[in-house]
Amino acid sequence: MKKLVILGGGTAGTIMATRLNDALDSGEWHITVVDQFETHYYQPGFLFIPFGIYSRSDVMKPKRDFIPSGVEVIFSPIEVIEPNENRVKLDNGTILNYDWLIIATGAKVVPGETEGLADQGWFKDIFDFYTIEGASALQRHLKFWEGGRLVINISEMPIKCPVAPLEFAFLADWWFTEQGIRDKVEIDFVTPLPGAFTRPRASSVLGDILQKKNVNLTPDFSIARVDNDRKKIIDWEEKEIDYDLLVTIPVNMGDAVIARSGMGDDLNFVPTDKQTLQSLKYENIFVIGDATNLPSSKAGSVAHFESDILFENFLAAVEDRPMRAAFDGHANCYIESGFGKGILIDFNYDTEPLPGKYPLPGIGPFSLLEETKMNHYGKVMFRWMYWHLLLRGVELPIESQMLMAGKRL
Amino acid sequence: MATEEIAGHSVEFDTEGFMVDHTLWNEDIAREIAQKEGIGELTERHFDVLKFMRQEFKEKGDGPSIRALKNRGGIPTRELYELFPGGPAKKAARIAGIKKPTGCV
Ligand SMILES: Cc1cc2nc3c(=O)[nH]c(=O)nc-3n(C[C@H](O)[C@H](O)[C@H](O)COP(=O)(O)OP(=O)(O)OC[C@H]3O[C@@H](n4cnc5c(N)ncnc54)[C@H](O)[C@@H]3O)c2cc1C
Repeated sequence: MKKLVILGGGTAGTIMATRLNDALDSGEWHITVVDQFETHYYQPGFLFIPFGIYSRSDVMKPKRDFIPSGVEVIFSPIEVIEPNENRVKLDNGTILNYDWLIIATGAKVVPGETEGLADQGWFKDIFDFYTIEGASALQRHLKFWEGGRLVINISEMPIKCPVAPLEFAFLADWWFTEQGIRDKVEIDFVTPLPGAFTRPRASSVLGDILQKKNVNLTPDFSIARVDNDRKKIIDWEEKEIDYDLLVTIPVNMGDAVIARSGMGDDLNFVPTDKQTLQSLKYENIFVIGDATNLPSSKAGSVAHFESDILFENFLAAVEDRPMRAAFDGHANCYIESGFGKGILIDFNYDTEPLPGKYPLPGIGPFSLLEETKMNHYGKVMFRWMYWHLLLRGVELPIESQMLMAGKRL
Repeated sequence: MATEEIAGHSVEFDTEGFMVDHTLWNEDIAREIAQKEGIGELTERHFDVLKFMRQEFKEKGDGPSIRALKNRGGIPTRELYELFPGGPAKKAARIAGIKKPTGCV
């Protein structure tokens, strides 16, 4: 029996387990998935929890429901990967030997990386919304908040779903308007980037929308520390910004198991071939999703597009055939912009988000880089697609390679 | 693209002001770019940063992030900002004669 071990049963690990279980001969292959938690969270839904649009139960389901019955699942933290011995040690004492390994351990927020962030103000007037705990605590806090200065701050790039902080700003504008206290709230968007977003065209469109919604943009701010007593965030050049409520996107890092195994870069992301998705160091290891160091967005849609590439290359590699599929960095993100509207962006390593129609050129129904009601429905539908199609490895009616058709230069 | 006369050499820069060919770099070129970037006289500590950046670039094909400079280059972030105020990763990469690090967007 050949052994395939998949580390992480989140978005990417689940898709790969499902698709490879269908493709590989069960008489020849034994597939094992390891994850520390039994619950699968729909992370894009965390954005909506602070505003009471989704509740916790809307974003959780048991992981077991999504992993096919032919695949062995072990729930335990992973202690260490020993790539030179082809084995993985788990906290529960199990030792897993493998012929092939897929690393899909994702990325997570590490507030402890920023001085003073996870201190006395944590979950009192400082919250994150990238975890279920943070999003829920923020929801309880917002219910009673009477206004003041809301500062939304990105600590450091890269972060998963780089548009989520903007969506939070848009939704906050909408929500405080609904609550009738928008005039009592000042919203400040503070980012280490030179503008609202990473790429120039999208940055200018999104920057205009921030302005229209009366959200202040402070670019080029790299946070050094938080002064909990004086309620200020301070950057490396001693610039200070006051907050009454700080919504932070802490530093995002790969899991500590990557560092313990000596396999990561400075942020514990695994050096990965940006086209084949093979580890740069070990031929029998592939990496997918947020765990890679690829210069693409860290998003569920990206993990999905990568799964098409990894699927082909994995089947080629195990048969000693050349790997022909190449990932182009394709990302596709619905941006919720408040008041029942949304924006859609579609881009890859080389092409920045452009205006146009998607997925059908000239027709849509979605509009790229433009605020429409239809795009909002796309975002709403994404949750259904995620649970029912994406995680189950069903082919989506969209291409994994980015297409130029329908885009305007 | 633009070609400029720098320290007696003609040096090509990309649209964002990064040297196209890092092998042409020398310390005099660095000193002159530093003046243009508003950094002033380069000290030995500046050169420690530049040398680490060049070494990383040669090994990995990409310049180091601020975090890498701290973790592996032994340069505390606060000091880096003092040495290269106003965006150290980009400015130092320009002065070090390497391409724009992919980490800085
Ligand atoms: C607030 C927010 C909004 C988002 N919005 C969107 C969106 O609108 N659209 C979109 O496409 N994407 C969005 N994303 C991003 C998307 O959720 C992720 O990119 C996607 O889930 C990545 O999948 P993954 O499999 O790489 O990682 P994950 O799904 O995070 O899975 C990693 C798994 O590995 C396990 N693991 C890690 N380390 C260990 C260990 N040591 N031992 C055992 N198990 C371990 C974890 O428990 C986890 O189950 C959003 C994310 C957030 C936080």
